[in-house]
Amino acid sequence: MKRVYVNEQWCLACHLCEYYCAFANQDETDMSTALKGVPIRPNIRVEQLGDVCFAVNCRHCDEPLCVKGCLTGALSVRDGVISIDRDKCVGCCTCVVSCPYGAVTPTEDGVVQKCELCVNTRDGEPLCVKGCPNAAIVWESVVR
Amino acid sequence: MRYVVIGNSAAGIGAIEGIRQADPDGRITVISSEPYHTYSRPLISYFLMGKTDGERMRYRPEGFYESNGCETMLGVKAVSVDPGRKTVTLEGGASVEYDKLFVGAGSVPFVPPIEGLETVTNRFTFMTYDDALALKAAITPASRVLIVGAGLIGLKCAEGVAGSVAGITVVDLAPGALSSILDAEGSAIVREHLESRGIEFRLSDSVAKVSGGVATLVSGAEIEFDILVLAVGVRPDTALIRDAGGKCGRGILVDSFMRSSLPDIYAAGDCTESLDVSSGTVKVMALLPNAYRQGEVAGINMAGGSAELTDAIPMNAIGFFGLRVATAGTYEGEAYTDRKNGYKKLFYKDDTLKGFIIIGGIEKCGIYTSLVRERVPLSRINFPLIRENPGLIAFSRSYRDAKLGGAAI
Repeated sequence: MKRVYVNEQWCLACHLCEYYCAFANQDETDMSTALKGVPIRPNIRVEQLGDVCFAVNCRHCDEPLCVKGCLTGALSVRDGVISIDRDKCVGCCTCVVSCPYGAVTPTEDGVVQKCELCVNTRDGEPLCVKGCPNAAIVWESVVR
Repeated sequence: MRYVVIGNSAAGIGAIEGIRQADPDGRITVISSEPYHTYSRPLISYFLMGKTDGERMRYRPEGFYESNGCETMLGVKAVSVDPGRKTVTLEGGASVEYDKLFVGAGSVPFVPPIEGLETVTNRFTFMTYDDALALKAAITPASRVLIVGAGLIGLKCAEGVAGSVAGITVVDLAPGALSSILDAEGSAIVREHLESRGIEFRLSDSVAKVSGGVATLVSGAEIEFDILVLAVGVRPDTALIRDAGGKCGRGILVDSFMRSSLPDIYAAGDCTESLDVSSGTVKVMALLPNAYRQGEVAGINMAGGSAELTDAIPMNAIGFFGLRVATAGTYEGEAYTDRKNGYKKLFYKDDTLKGFIIIGGIEKCGIYTSLVRERVPLSRINFPLIRENPGLIAFSRSYRDAKLGGAAI
């Protein structure tokens, strides 16, 4: 299956992936209208220190500790994508304590949020990848 | 191949899903004393709060047993195991044969010997869906609730009923709230937060006797109550294996393949004790994530596959009225304390992170958990950086290339 890979050497720390992610998860069709003045809560985050920068999102692990530890059964693997059933999640955050990448985030809504590879969005494929200007995030089926 | 799975909670479901990874065809029979589709026990407090319901509490979708080819015997108690004849005897005398047996019997609430307990009509434990249903039916807006036990179960129960009753008092012999997983400072933060929501604490004290609706504490204080919840703790339900001659400590002894000491019998979850790699000691780690992973490993091995669990640690995520608490591992060695964003304490020793307590800002704390679980040498990462903020930037470039870039390790 296709995975999102990060090419750290190409990351510019432009944070566009974060904006595209936030946009992908909204109903609004115009990006600037959707995001203007709105605090964003992206599922991909750029880490940066000095010259080092890279984006991190859910790795959709083969051995997903978040899914195995989920108290409710809200997290499950669907066609290789680790998905969340927001109706079942009670926000216990066991997944947040389990994820080795810090890729599941608690929210104030009482449920957690995470990358679902845009499978349920308009585009149907990762918008962070489409929006990355420098191929620092790619979506590939090859096993590297 | 005929598999029998005793227990229908996280460990049992893990076992079923493990078996099916290695054997799509063998016959699986699930036996549980509870008459319900598999549900998530930790959700019973959320059920009382109205944050979930019977439907959404289901741990797996409705068609789970059918899609996994399981036959179910729900509401049926397994009373004994004969490892020689390879049979499980059920309440009522019927028996079921197995080739491979899985025991995920869970735990039973420990009921302390309190004088006069039999005089209390509205007396509850808080572990199962039935417990929650009974408690929900008994409470009224006028109820004064007395909870014995300020641990995970007692305090989640307090949160669960807080919006529906007149008052809650929690009594515990320990000096602090959640004293089994928090240090004194963390304990005080949680207690003060709960107190701000109207919950009263009587700590370093215990109930000497009860009579009708009055509890007399060892200190001499008297507390009037309408509802009594006993939440002093649970103990592993080892009876099936112990009575069959299997080795048990506090829990059923299992190895890293989840084999008990009896042939063709596996066990997992709250009824077992196993190695905590953060402390190097064998203990009962009665936590759902461990139960599932242990069960899955057992199932894979039962079905002829190969799996081993070598990285189990204690780990808790718990919240009260919006205050988030995360803990993992063991609290040994030197401590790094940070009070900038809530309360964070990291414990490290011998070049490894041994454990942590975080209250408040728990974002990305799973990165700390992975350091504990994988015993990552701190000298190989930027520890001064990561102890301030969990992030992959503190790891080596080659680690990130492997984990994020998909490069070969």
